[in-house]
Amino acid sequence: MDIQQAKFEYLLRLGDSSLIIGHRLSEWCGHGPILEEDIALINIALDFVGNANSLLTYAAQVEGKNRTADDLAYLRNERDYRNLLLTELPNGDYACTLARQFLYDVYTFYLYEALKNSKDDTIAAIAVKSHKEITYHLRHTTEWIYRLGDGTAESHQRLQTAFNDIWMYVPDLFDMDAVDQLLINEGIAVDLDSIKNSWNKRVNEVILEATLLIPTTAIKQKGSREGKHSEHLGFLLAEMQCIARSYPGATW
Amino acid sequence: MNTKIHTKEEIFNILSEIPDPEIPVINIFDLGILRAVILDDMLCTVLITPTYSGCPAMKVIEDDIKIKLNAIGISNLKVELVYSPAWTTDWLNESAKEKLRIYGIAPPNHSSIDKGLLMGKVRELNCPQCGSLNTNIISQFGSTACKALYRCNNCLEPFDYFKCF
Repeated sequence: MDIQQAKFEYLLRLGDSSLIIGHRLSEWCGHGPILEEDIALINIALDFVGNANSLLTYAAQVEGKNRTADDLAYLRNERDYRNLLLTELPNGDYACTLARQFLYDVYTFYLYEALKNSKDDTIAAIAVKSHKEITYHLRHTTEWIYRLGDGTAESHQRLQTAFNDIWMYVPDLFDMDAVDQLLINEGIAVDLDSIKNSWNKRVNEVILEATLLIPTTAIKQKGSREGKHSEHLGFLLAEMQCIARSYPGATW
Repeated sequence: MNTKIHTKEEIFNILSEIPDPEIPVINIFDLGILRAVILDDMLCTVLITPTYSGCPAMKVIEDDIKIKLNAIGISNLKVELVYSPAWTTDWLNESAKEKLRIYGIAPPNHSSIDKGLLMGKVRELNCPQCGSLNTNIISQFGSTACKALYRCNNCLEPFDYFKCF
């Protein structure tokens, strides 16, 4: 594996996670619990899809095989997708969506902050832009974690259950392999060990402040780096890719 | 080639007139979206930068640029997205902010460098209709990616705030 191949793989990991979580959030369009939340979630979804477009456009350019960002988004199967397992989990109730989003927002907040110093100029430029957006996302989800955790008995219980259910996907966030190692040495990628403490600290503080318990689990789910996904991703892709695959090359 | 007839300054000025598709009282130069025009032999390259990563107006702006340039005889052109330096509301000049206010959108009221404000510190915001400072936020996210939703407790009107970014 050379640097170009590693960079393509790394860009897919970043871009796919944004695309998949963006798509998941877009499923809330027209279904939000209140109008303002509907609008907020779709704004956040739009930021992620925009970020995915930037990253996958660059991935296609790095790959150099005349593929476009659309080709990468619509014409790859689930085993070729490199998104984090957390991002593909179903929306569930509103507490589930917010628990998932909160864990991911804290993660991207520190990841993109570090990526601003990437020696790859394009990745650094995309990171500067996205980090501003992520800061807003994180503020929004943090407020909701407080509101639901420290809210009614039911909202408290639902949010606690949501965190408990997704906790086993946390190890996947910080998993690293040869791709990461190669690019960390080049100063392009972020050493995920270096952001893990910040992530733990922020997540624990907010969960405790929200009067919830930090979940524990012996189960550690990993596999996104190799394209090993939960059963949920296939269904998501079937919907997301249906039009593009049914009418190849269609424009409107 | 027709591109020879126009200097890049002329082209830049012509493109500056293109209004933002979602906030038509200000143009893409006021907003800081239009970055540069590069004339290179046969090709006219226009550099633009997105406000937010997923801003749907960017595609419309790209089309508007093409239409405008085609109209003055330039067909060999390319619109390129640049990400660095990242767009910021600090680029909005006073005249653009005044245009926003008259249009009913509260303009960004502090520098994007103040991270405290971004993370929850609250600063008072004038209602663009009645000027009252008795306003409060309804949602950080509004009708477009760049706006938040506020309410004036004095005149009871809701209004958009162009977020500091």
